[in-house]
Amino acid sequence: MSVPVEVIFKRPEALRDRPTHYCPGCPHGIAHRLVAEALDDLGLRERAVGVAPVGCSVLAYNYFNCDFQEAAHGRAPALATGIKRGRPDTIVFTYQGDGDLASIGMAEIIHAANRGEKITVVFINNAIYGMTGGQMAPTTLVGQKTTTSPYGRDPEQIGWPIRMAELLSTLVAPVYVTRQALYTPQLVRKARKALHTAFRLQAEGKGFTFVELLSSCPTGWGMTPVEALEWGKEKMMAYFPLGEFKKPEAEEGGKK
Amino acid sequence: MTRVLMKGAEAVGEAAIKAGCRHFFGYPITPQNEIPEYMSRRLPQVGGTYVQGESEVASINMLFGCAGAGVRVMTSSSSPGISLMQEGISYIAGAELPVVVINMVRGGPGLGGIQPAQSDYFQATRGGGHGDYYTMVLAPSTVQEAVELVMDAFDLADKYRNPVLVLGDGIIGQMMEPVEFPEREPALVDKPWATTGCKGREPNIVKSLLLDPYELEEHNRKLQQKYERMKREDVRVETVDLDGAEVVLCAYGTTSRVCRTAMERLREKGVKVGLVRPITLFPFPEKTIQSLDPKKVKFILTVEMSLGQMVQDVKLYTEGRIPVHFFGRTGGVVPTPQEVVREVLKRLGKEVEK
Repeated sequence: MSVPVEVIFKRPEALRDRPTHYCPGCPHGIAHRLVAEALDDLGLRERAVGVAPVGCSVLAYNYFNCDFQEAAHGRAPALATGIKRGRPDTIVFTYQGDGDLASIGMAEIIHAANRGEKITVVFINNAIYGMTGGQMAPTTLVGQKTTTSPYGRDPEQIGWPIRMAELLSTLVAPVYVTRQALYTPQLVRKARKALHTAFRLQAEGKGFTFVELLSSCPTGWGMTPVEALEWGKEKMMAYFPLGEFKKPEAEEGGKK
Repeated sequence: MTRVLMKGAEAVGEAAIKAGCRHFFGYPITPQNEIPEYMSRRLPQVGGTYVQGESEVASINMLFGCAGAGVRVMTSSSSPGISLMQEGISYIAGAELPVVVINMVRGGPGLGGIQPAQSDYFQATRGGGHGDYYTMVLAPSTVQEAVELVMDAFDLADKYRNPVLVLGDGIIGQMMEPVEFPEREPALVDKPWATTGCKGREPNIVKSLLLDPYELEEHNRKLQQKYERMKREDVRVETVDLDGAEVVLCAYGTTSRVCRTAMERLREKGVKVGLVRPITLFPFPEKTIQSLDPKKVKFILTVEMSLGQMVQDVKLYTEGRIPVHFFGRTGGVVPTPQEVVREVLKRLGKEVEK
């Protein structure tokens, strides 16, 4: 006798059935899934070309089930520019961390945004260099201790954490710039919606879209996964406010 | 076919378009700005795309992306800009992508100057960036040859899935000469490895990262086989009057033209002089150098617009059998035929006119 089975939860087609190398409690898995769900929901997987960064998600091409290129550190938006200009029918996205995007790749991200490249940039901000062992990032919070800011980040010495979403929203060309967070199920649902909006706008040929996702790094922060999520919600969200900084007029909540 | 009078830099741009290149990414630098200017004007007329990158670093990475998507693509720059591109060229070589890079070489090191030079030979022929790789290097000596080599560069880049450098200088780029564009269809090849969207197939991944040391070693061996194949199949060299030559000049690009004039004067003085002009600097025409007869050739004089770079390859492949001398000017100074003549006469122990 067969038991009726209803599938209520499954892996998105845009993700491969493969274990990741990420640390326990790392939100990269959540972010990967949200990107994959957006590609699935919009039917874009077979047109998608992702660009992996240098950093913890350097191996993202092993986990996504779509075409991928792997960039030099910080250069993902330049690769994405080349791909999209060469193949305008593809859906091109970069997936970058804070060291990659906001430090070594600052020129590439600002100019790709300023040219209005019709790509989607997914920016994972966990305020630390995870892959290299927990060094200070351009988004490391004031006072935050890392292996290269052992006394806590001192703004007199090294300046203040960079707010990328706000910075990019001062440019004319970008059509969608938002910051979301991955700290609670409710926030994850909002992040999912933001990624869906960004990919849809790209598919509609609207222009440059940017989704910053506040994340955590239990290993680099020296916390349990649960502590890290709480710390992120309290500290990260206090300095990096969530919201949609730029949105087309026609969108719900879009500014006139 | 009609002959048109064209500036070298513009001829290079038109040759790329004739070769099916519709995408150009670059950043301004003297003395090659006429190439991006030409491309920015011409590409929109033929349905192509010109993007001025924010830097050479970004531009070469745009080439990576575009070539990775299976599209013919080119950039051009000059020495300091090419140094900035070395990161990307290394990644492109690692990921085995076909791209064409023009270097209109100027004097260095550092910001150096803006006058013609050949002092990027080491950088061009030894890979240039990090890692165990080579790029193909083509060195035109006339505007006509620049046209043909740029067109060939795209086919060779596709043949080997490897970056191809065209090494010119400010003289090649700035001078006007009559050119004919060969009537030929671009030899476009299938690129099943390109990231075009995975509809109907497994996803393609374009990358240079191989974390497993054995896998990376295997990848490097595969790359080396490619370079060996270049040496077997695509060495190009022009030789002039080698039969019976007692003196052999070795020069490429602009300095080979200086040498040709010097050769006329040397012949008038009764010197039997020949010329080896490498057209591919990598792969280097080692067999031509090896085949020179030590019983007949008293010495080889390598002439360069540097203080001695290609001369090391000439010495390497003569294997000590023939004396190799060097004459060069650098920093943007072009050697004169008289200087070359005097150097040859001096080395022959003949009287040198004041």
